[in-house]
Amino acid sequence: MTAARAEDAPPVAVANRPAIYDRVGAGGLREALRRMHLIRRFEETAEDFYVRGKSYGTMHLSIGQEATAVGVCAALGDSDYVTSTHRGHGHCIAKGAEVGRMFAEFLGRETGYCRGRGGSMHIADPAKGNLGANGIVGGGIPIAVGAALSAKRLRTGAVVASFFGDGANNEGAFHESLNIASLWKLPVLFVCENNQYGMSVAFARSTAVASVADRAAAYSMPGVTVDGNDFAAVAAAAFEAADRARRGGGPTLVECKTYRTRGHSRSDRNRYRTKDEIEAWKARDPIERFERELSALGVATAADAASLREAVEREIADGVAFAEASPAPSTAELMRDVHTPAAAAPR
Amino acid sequence: MTAPIRELGFAEAIREALAIAMAEDERVFVMGEDVGVYGGAFQVTGDLVQRFGEDRVVDTPISELGGAGVAVGAALTGLKPVFELQFSDFSTLAMEQIVNQAAKLRYMLGGSVSVPLVVRMPTGSGLGGAAQHSQSLEAWFAHVPGLKVVEPTTPYDAKGLLLAAIDDPDPVIFFEHKLLYKTKGPVPEGRYVVPLDRAETRRAGRDLTIVAAGVMAQKALDAATILASEGIEAEVIDPRVLRPLDMATVARSVTRTSRLLIVYEGAKSFGIGAEIAAAIAEGEAFGHLDAPILRLGGAETPIPYSPALERAAVPQVEDIVAAARRLARGEA
Ligand SMILES: Cc1ncc(C[n+]2csc(CCOP(=O)(O)OP(=O)(O)O)c2C)c(N)n1
Ligand SMILES: [Mg+2]
Repeated sequence: MTAARAEDAPPVAVANRPAIYDRVGAGGLREALRRMHLIRRFEETAEDFYVRGKSYGTMHLSIGQEATAVGVCAALGDSDYVTSTHRGHGHCIAKGAEVGRMFAEFLGRETGYCRGRGGSMHIADPAKGNLGANGIVGGGIPIAVGAALSAKRLRTGAVVASFFGDGANNEGAFHESLNIASLWKLPVLFVCENNQYGMSVAFARSTAVASVADRAAAYSMPGVTVDGNDFAAVAAAAFEAADRARRGGGPTLVECKTYRTRGHSRSDRNRYRTKDEIEAWKARDPIERFERELSALGVATAADAASLREAVEREIADGVAFAEASPAPSTAELMRDVHTPAAAAPR
Repeated sequence: MTAPIRELGFAEAIREALAIAMAEDERVFVMGEDVGVYGGAFQVTGDLVQRFGEDRVVDTPISELGGAGVAVGAALTGLKPVFELQFSDFSTLAMEQIVNQAAKLRYMLGGSVSVPLVVRMPTGSGLGGAAQHSQSLEAWFAHVPGLKVVEPTTPYDAKGLLLAAIDDPDPVIFFEHKLLYKTKGPVPEGRYVVPLDRAETRRAGRDLTIVAAGVMAQKALDAATILASEGIEAEVIDPRVLRPLDMATVARSVTRTSRLLIVYEGAKSFGIGAEIAAAIAEGEAFGHLDAPILRLGGAETPIPYSPALERAAVPQVEDIVAAARRLARGEA
């Protein structure tokens, strides 16, 4: 695994087929490409809902960061867990969620993942191991450590990937969690999506170390920095960290350097960065790059990619139709699920 | 066949509940600062680590936020943690995970998860802990939908309520008043539960109703003995559970006695007394009142260190006697 900065990542060298691709397999690579497209189209559609006044509340788009979510989840199975962030659509889809129920949640419908009680910022899919997006920066990190404690104690063999941003690495929860996970050798992948900004504040203006991965040393765990726009680099780091975790070797801190090409949320007027910077990152789009690479390797031809994109379009259209046809929650059920009903309680 | 009953200390009763729950269910475990060989700051976990091992009696780093979050995550994924905070004051560092995460996850996720978590914490003044080791923050937690808030008074209730709290599928905040740890009372052997929705009438009386939980219920009972010698019969109701509050029992009592005094250690304003008084004022019992409702709460000050000041900052037996006297004699 190399510590490559996104800025000087080499162009795709087809001759150097990444070793990790053998492990992911051709089917796995095509599925990864499909999920990246699905994330992109989900978020573009969500954005469109917003622009047309169809949605409510705020949302945080991860457009430009798809390789990180999908690359990490490539190393996970359904019984592995993730904890996610306010910018969580990508993690959710990468972990196998259905876009119809996500759109429904986004529109506050009863058929949504949270029955319309959570919205974009709380989408969770416990059946697929997604313990939820989170409205609190850093909120999911200690929860991931707890899930890893369960996995170790119950000997399920599961690992937990905790996604968080560069901004979150300055929260106390981050530091307490890394220490505990390392101390108890828990199977956690701490995945920092370093998209260079916490809202408007550039990484260098918020963080006293040069890279988040440097902080791993303070907690005696391996720390690596990878190009978060390169599926292969992310997946290689994730597999290595997951392997170590499953062997009982404890946690790893994986920093993925990436970029969100959209604003922080809808209120963002991009006053803290330049158009040139945004355009330069758009030129390193992770999906285009991955698609080109798979085509050059003969894993997914241009025709394969086109039919895959068509299938994604249909999935999005079906998902939107499902969500729009779904009912809003009944106000008679306002008080539902504050507590677990006695009958449903696992004893 | 009824279980044999012994005299047991309050802390021992809690430990016994933990031991029973852990012996019955592999998923139950205890975590917190110095809960292992040290036995807990107040010797509640005691020898549990010798009996159950370090995997089930887990010493955490001094990381209240991280520890609480680990407990939430473990509860979400198949374990049943009992997380001890060394002092309730330190819950301020763990508030994020308790209030934003544990209390809300089930609702926010549309009922797809439960968080079977118990957070135990010693509360209150009386041991010279001063302002950062003596607070009574029960009302903070009782204000949060999604949490249950328990505060036992007797060793019997401490054991039965804690077993009920561990059985409960949702987060329960369990307050233990420090002055009660050394008190003793009859406790049956083996498992029994005290339900998390029922107040207990600790003493019957016709002249006024005193509502008080935890150590204040004890003080109210002492006050009631003094009042009885003066011919005033106080009914003492111990809510035991502050959220959900069993207002029906309080209202029934007030309907008979027509007078209500609420005693609690937290600062008087915006506290438990306000909630109980308002609930009576809003309900049918209000029409039966013959006097204004009285609240006796903590002084509006941080808890001071010096013993006389510390005593003066929270209701004492003589304060309860004086307030009850005024109320019963119509001088309030
Ligand atoms: C505890 C907390 N503080 C502040 C916020 C407001 N907030 C939401 S997202 C955000 C920036 C987070 O930056 P980062 O962790 O880098 O994630 P990114 O948004 O870049 O994905 C802030 C300040 C919050 N939700 N929670
Ligand atoms: Mg960021």
